[in-house]
Amino acid sequence: MRAELKFVELDNVSLTYGGGTLAVDKLDLSIARGEFAAVVGPSGCGKSTLMKLVTGLAPASKGNVVVAGREVAGPLKIVGMAFQNPTLLPWRTTLDNVLLPLEIVQPYKATFRRDREKHVARAKALLATVGLKGFEERYPWQLSGGMQQRASLCRALIHEPDLLMLDEPFAALDAFTREELWAVLQDLWLQRRFTCMLVTHDLREAVYLADTVHVMSARPGRVIETKTIDIPRPRTLETTFEPHFVDLVHHLRARIAQARVAA
Amino acid sequence: MSRRWQEALGPWFVVLALFALWEGVVIAARLPSFVLPAPTEVFATLVQFAGPISQHSLHTLMTTLIGFGFSVIGGVALGAAIGASQVAYKAVFPVLVGFNSIPKVAIVPVLIIWFGIGTVPAVITAFLISFFPIVVNVATGIATLEPELRDVLRSLGASKFDILRKVGLPRAAPYFFASLKVAITLAFVGSIISETVGSNEGVGYLMLQASSRFQIPLVFAALVVVAAMGITMYAIFAGLERRMTGWATRGMDQAAYATGH
Ligand SMILES: Nc1ncnc2c1ncn2[C@@H]1O[C@H](COP(=O)(O)OP(=O)(O)OP(=O)(O)O)[C@@H](O)[C@H]1O
Ligand SMILES: [Mg+2]
Repeated sequence: MRAELKFVELDNVSLTYGGGTLAVDKLDLSIARGEFAAVVGPSGCGKSTLMKLVTGLAPASKGNVVVAGREVAGPLKIVGMAFQNPTLLPWRTTLDNVLLPLEIVQPYKATFRRDREKHVARAKALLATVGLKGFEERYPWQLSGGMQQRASLCRALIHEPDLLMLDEPFAALDAFTREELWAVLQDLWLQRRFTCMLVTHDLREAVYLADTVHVMSARPGRVIETKTIDIPRPRTLETTFEPHFVDLVHHLRARIAQARVAA
Repeated sequence: MSRRWQEALGPWFVVLALFALWEGVVIAARLPSFVLPAPTEVFATLVQFAGPISQHSLHTLMTTLIGFGFSVIGGVALGAAIGASQVAYKAVFPVLVGFNSIPKVAIVPVLIIWFGIGTVPAVITAFLISFFPIVVNVATGIATLEPELRDVLRSLGASKFDILRKVGLPRAAPYFFASLKVAITLAFVGSIISETVGSNEGVGYLMLQASSRFQIPLVFAALVVVAAMGITMYAIFAGLERRMTGWATRGMDQAAYATGH
């Protein structure tokens, strides 16, 4: 569909960790600008490693990683990230946690103090869209796990990054909260159309959220299948019970089962 | 009695019981006062020599606070430097540990040769002995930053300095304040050791003089004052810790951080 506008491109990439673990090998992957990509695969296959490669936090041992038309040589400067563990700063209020990227990323950093009012208004609006209105002045440890994860999503998005990287962001949450946050994330994405890469173990989550699901083999990880999810948006919980959705999930599950046996 | 009152009065009760036991032992064993004076006698001496004791104690307090002040400044600076850099950490740490293992009593005579009898060696000893826990705690607080959080910051283009300022230092704060409690009591030990070895002022000097004249009750009176100053300083810094780092205990009142030493 939009495949002509490649935003992230990995070409024959391998990464060996110090200690000799070959984590990913000869990996090819491409993500179009504005695309929502999900990556699934057996545990330990190199999904988190793939995230580090794309964001430049770990350099490739072999091959090329290109993001936004440029070869990745060091950490990218304007990526939003969120992990399974919300990693909010306990000494900052929820609002101040969300504002943190603006104190670091240029061009906001230079004028952060002067424009503080404006940024606060924006952060509050963002918190409201994820259902955290009224919790701005609470500390993260006064929030539930699900609420912390929502705040962490806001922190990843406040500086309007071109690329959002999510590593199992909802894995520690209960099923209800998780499904609620799928909808929240989908809404944010439909509004802003950032390029997103989501790593998950939950195949329903992958199919619900993504335009494309990449299945990885067991370690050393390679992409063994790329499945386009042709379900119209906005998707709802009802969608997840439709036969086509269920078929896609089954298909992916079978592929991962094969990948695990092959290892 | 409510739980709060029990907690507030508990320490006083223990101190009183300790003094009572002490008094009892002295009376029962008929210990002469040049071996072990009874607490009543110690307090009588304390009142009798209130002038000289308070004068020397104040001197020791000043010496201790100056040495402690230097170790706070130096400790935070060095702790931040070695906490922020793996290379610096590995390079400096063995030397620090080695240095900390040297008994400070052994250094005092050298300091006296260098700086003469008096306040300067005492300040330096207080500094040397209280420096280590602060460095270790600040460095630990900064170095134990979660890798995910570091990734979040680096992918925002944060510089090392940004990471240190926005996350490293605030994160190290509870460790730092916990170490202050330990460091201040150590600083007392340091300045008194130095005063005992060579000085003409301070509680250490007073005790040395008193014991050479067999005024054992005076020695004990001075010890009681030193202990009281130690407890007071500890309480002040514990209070400061609670105020500054309430978030670290998630609003609870318990801190369990590595306190070094
Ligand atoms: N810093 C590291 N040093 C050495 N080896 C590592 C490091 N990080 C990961 N590995 C190894 O690389 C492989 C891939 O790890 P990675 O974390 O990318 O897997 P993953 O797919 O994210 O797993 P999971 O689904 O369990 O999160 C594993 O075998 C792991 O042991
Ligand atoms: Mg992982």
